[in-house]
Amino acid sequence: MLSIFHSLEISHYIYLSTVLFSIGLFGVLFRRNAIILLMCIELMLNAVNLLLAAFTEYMGDKQANGQMFVFFIMVVAAAEAAVGLAIIVMVYRNTRKTDVSFLDQLKDS
Amino acid sequence: MNPIALILFFPLLGFAVNGILGSKLPKNVASWLGTLMVLMSFIVTLGYLNQIASDVENSIKWNAYTFLNIDGLLFKASFALDRLSIWMTLIITGIGTLIHLYSISYMDHDKNPAKFFAYLNFFIFNMLLLVLGSNFLMMFFGWEGVGLCSYLLIGFWYQNPSYGHAARKAFVMNRIGDLGLLLGMFLIIKNYGSLEYADVLPAIAQGNGGTVLLTSIGILLFIGAMGKSAQIPLFTWLPDAMAGPTPVSALIHAATMVTAGIYLVIRCQALYSLAPMAQELILWIGLATAFIGALIGLRQNDIKKVLAYSTVSQLGFMFVALGVGAYTTALFHVTTHAFFKALLFLGAGSVIHGVHERQDISVMGGLKSKMPITYVTFLIGTLAISGFPLLSGFFSKDEILANVFHHNIFAYIVLVFSALLTATYMFRLLFLTFHGTFRGSDYSLSDVHESNWKMTVPLIVLAVLSVFGGLLNLPHYIMHSGGLLSNWLNPTFLIFENPIHAEMSTEIVLISIAIGVFLFGLIYSRNQYITKGLHPESPQSGMGNVLKNKFYFDEFYDKAIVKPIEFLGDILFSLFDTLLLYGATFSVHPILRFVGQLNRKIQNGNIEYYLIYMVGAIALLLGLNLLLA
Repeated sequence: MLSIFHSLEISHYIYLSTVLFSIGLFGVLFRRNAIILLMCIELMLNAVNLLLAAFTEYMGDKQANGQMFVFFIMVVAAAEAAVGLAIIVMVYRNTRKTDVSFLDQLKDS
Repeated sequence: MNPIALILFFPLLGFAVNGILGSKLPKNVASWLGTLMVLMSFIVTLGYLNQIASDVENSIKWNAYTFLNIDGLLFKASFALDRLSIWMTLIITGIGTLIHLYSISYMDHDKNPAKFFAYLNFFIFNMLLLVLGSNFLMMFFGWEGVGLCSYLLIGFWYQNPSYGHAARKAFVMNRIGDLGLLLGMFLIIKNYGSLEYADVLPAIAQGNGGTVLLTSIGILLFIGAMGKSAQIPLFTWLPDAMAGPTPVSALIHAATMVTAGIYLVIRCQALYSLAPMAQELILWIGLATAFIGALIGLRQNDIKKVLAYSTVSQLGFMFVALGVGAYTTALFHVTTHAFFKALLFLGAGSVIHGVHERQDISVMGGLKSKMPITYVTFLIGTLAISGFPLLSGFFSKDEILANVFHHNIFAYIVLVFSALLTATYMFRLLFLTFHGTFRGSDYSLSDVHESNWKMTVPLIVLAVLSVFGGLLNLPHYIMHSGGLLSNWLNPTFLIFENPIHAEMSTEIVLISIAIGVFLFGLIYSRNQYITKGLHPESPQSGMGNVLKNKFYFDEFYDKAIVKPIEFLGDILFSLFDTLLLYGATFSVHPILRFVGQLNRKIQNGNIEYYLIYMVGAIALLLGLNLLLA
């Protein structure tokens, strides 16, 4: 049985995840809004997820080890988002800003 | 339970209980506990006396533990209760008990008698390790232990800085000697592959080992003995050790610890009998110490210092006996000396107590009416040490003199002169303290009081022992079968000691000389300090000042050893510390500081920079990976 995944070449998946990952990476590097940072991290994680799912399918791995990893990554990402958002909320309450460049107060000036 | 374990256990228990719970126990409980523990050891030892006495081979052995086994070289905690060690054990625990009893009252006013008794019990334990150990290792263990206790007890009143200084001096001087002892032990291990007496000494007695080897081992072990037993040149710590409480001076610095060196030489009798050079060294060092100690004792005004120099001098007598190969005689003098010197020190303590913590005899005088028991016992001690006929000191000193007479006539003359000085300074001390007129200015004679029974009972017991101690080894001319101690100890010697049987006429001459020496000391001192009523502080001639200043030994050591070492230390400090170490560190640190300042720019607190560094680094690694692959 041919899975629906196989209707595309593996290279397409690779290109798509590369593009997604790069968007996430550059977003993390060059944006300063903490919420956007978190979103970009999610984007990077999901790019990896996509790649894992695709590779598992094309490798013909009947035990679907790669897809198991996807679930783990989702759990970790959810936890990280929860903690990260909580931090951002606290930061916002104290500073009325969500700009990460503001968070350099511990530095010896 | 092995009897040796039992003997060792009691003092250790006393130390543990008083050491841990001491401050919580009532004063009386702590002090009586300490006393009782030593008494128990004494009783246990007495219980096994019969077994040891029945046959020479009947010694009790105990292999407690093996510390190390290096290729067959065993380091063991092994013990033996044989004729020599039981004799020493009885002295240590017996006199120890009396001195503990005395201390109960003496330390009554102290803030922390429990600590005192803990140290004292620990001392007894270590001293027992020293004599009961059946190898050089356990002996050394106890040797260091008693050194530690001596240090702790000399500095017991450490609030006074000079007392702490005296304690340190004793410790350092002893370490110098210990170095010799250690080197001797290393030589023994190297050449005999064991530290057990039972392996090494028979091997030596059978002729294993050349004269050079035996002489070097003998001299090295004797250097250890010189430190512990306060012989020239390592004797200056003992007079300073009088900073400790008086019972400590009596127990450690007169009766027991300082005789450890003599014990060591007697234990190694086989070795020394085959190393005549080492013996000769012992003879001359002992002789010099006996003579110089007695000379210095003539002009000291501190009641304890006189006794301290007297101890130094008497230890010299014992080493002279060892030097002429009269091992039994040396042990005999150790025994009688333990009796009368402990008595004299405790008497001095009673006097110090009676005149309210004064030690200077120039403010005493005429105390005999106020302190009759102390006076009578002190008189007995003085008579015993000066060699009054038929008292203990007479027999033991006479035996030493007779042995030396047959060995070397010059040494005999010097020793007789030392004995004469002994009688002189002892009677000087007695007359200045108890006779004549009262010289105190800031207190009156009616303030002086006799001590209580806890202090006088030990004095009386020791006085009785000082009178009858001579019975332990009556000379040949009284008892033809030989004295008790000779018959006790001689069979244990691996190399037989030839007893000297002088002609009756020679004996009579020697005894007359000894009695003459005693009478001279008595009459001279009486003439000087009673008839003429000389004040101890009266102006001294040139020689008198030299004696008063102890031959400037301390000053000499200070100039010849301490100052050069300090000078060397200063040079090394300015050269190595200031120039090299400081220079090196202070020249390196600006570089580190500069690099650090550059690096801290990277850590600016902005998270996006960190992320860029991270991504950049990962990209770099990946790129390198691609390139190199």
